[in-house]
Amino acid sequence: MKPMFAILLALSLSGFSTLAAAATPEQEQALWQRYFQARFPDVPWEEFPNGAYAIDPIGRENWEAIEEFPPYETAISEGEALWNTPFADGKGYADCFPDGPAIMNQYPRWDRARGMVVTLPLAINECRKVHGEKPLKYKKGPIASLLAYIGYESRGQIIDVKIPKDDPRALAAYEKGKQFYFARRGQLNFSCAHCHVLYAGYVLRTETLSPALGHTTHFPVYRSKWGEMGTLHRRYIGCNKQVRAKPFKPQSEEYRNLEYFMTYMNNGLPLNAPGARK
Amino acid sequence: MYPRPMALATLVAALGISSETALAGNVSAGKQIATDRSRGNCIACHYLPGGQSPGNIGPALVGIQSRYPTKESLMAQIYDATVANPETIMPPFGRHQILSDRELEDVVEYIWSL
Ligand code: HEC
Ligand code: HEC
Repeated sequence: MKPMFAILLALSLSGFSTLAAAATPEQEQALWQRYFQARFPDVPWEEFPNGAYAIDPIGRENWEAIEEFPPYETAISEGEALWNTPFADGKGYADCFPDGPAIMNQYPRWDRARGMVVTLPLAINECRKVHGEKPLKYKKGPIASLLAYIGYESRGQIIDVKIPKDDPRALAAYEKGKQFYFARRGQLNFSCAHCHVLYAGYVLRTETLSPALGHTTHFPVYRSKWGEMGTLHRRYIGCNKQVRAKPFKPQSEEYRNLEYFMTYMNNGLPLNAPGARK
Repeated sequence: MYPRPMALATLVAALGISSETALAGNVSAGKQIATDRSRGNCIACHYLPGGQSPGNIGPALVGIQSRYPTKESLMAQIYDATVANPETIMPPFGRHQILSDRELEDVVEYIWSL
């Protein structure tokens, strides 16, 4: 995997002549962040969470107009109501998340006891299960509303995903996520990195391809194309389908590891969920 | 599912049998395929003369005959772009059966005419 990572970055890192093969997640993260900053020298660090709108002035104008009356506002208030509505047993989300609701930057995280990546949507459903409630569907609906509220309350928190050094399984999960990101997939044979690393900023038909740096900061999003809110894993499914690949299930191990890798690469960026996209 | 055997035309190219008559597609059918979102969709990445809202990921497809000596060599690029560039983003239209042999021939004819 390492050569692939280095090659893909090197291919587009025309500015850097000396590219040491990345060896640790820390080094890869530094390389990654340096790559995007060199690629988009006019984009300030805290603008990357705005995706394509950080680099495409026309798209940005439309987006700023949309943000005047944010289409995700209903979801935030629905989410707040859900957060405050007790379960049948009288308990609520606050019993599972005592620091909540501003907890988005605590996820995704490595769960040592279970040896797996735990994302916020997964933790929400596990909370429901403990209190005898049915799990929520992971792509849209009430879970997106809850996440919109939690995200809104968490705005400005800095992403700080950790890969514990004393648990090799955490590093393995990161490596799997990275592998997924660079693997060609589907009949059309693209990797995520083709579109969002190598050709970030280029135009694919009518879409300006957003840089991967910033990709996890603003979910859930209200997407005009969907006409509603959707989660990060819903977007993964869309990007898998558009290359005619079979998508994975939301909250599958594959997507959780992918989220772990992608969010780790975003460490240091501020959260700005929920977002609006076209 | 992948890969399937090479198309005859590609085999001809691979064997270096240069024959001007081996590939004889239809230009207007090829143009249709190259600009159709659900088929070739070459325009998603390449400028094509007269095409609406092209992408800018690949080079403009103009003056092709100054860049490819034969239709067969052009076919090889479209059949499987990863042969010339293993890291390419361009989909392997023949190898992954994104287009049929007939459609490939038509696209080659059209691109060759540019
Ligand atoms: C064929 C090109 C292509 C591939 C391959 C691709 N994407 Fe995308 N992706 C897009 C386009 C186009 C958009 C919408 C415009 C934009 O924001 O980039 C998008 C949007 C996204 C977004 C939302 C960005 C935002 O600001 O809200 C995420 C996250 C994302 N992609 C992740 C992925 C992941 C993960 C993979 C691989 C599993 C992937 N993409 C593969 C083309 C692609
Ligand atoms: C997702 C992007 C993408 C799509 C779709 C695509 N290409 Fe390409 N194409 C490229 C890129 C990038 C190159 C540059 C060389 C490379 O990276 O391999 C290229 C190179 C070429 C070349 C070589 C041009 C030269 O001057 O060397 C030809 C010919 C070509 N493409 C034809 C096509 C045709 C015909 C289609 C549709 C049937 C198509 N391409 C679809 C991205 C694409």
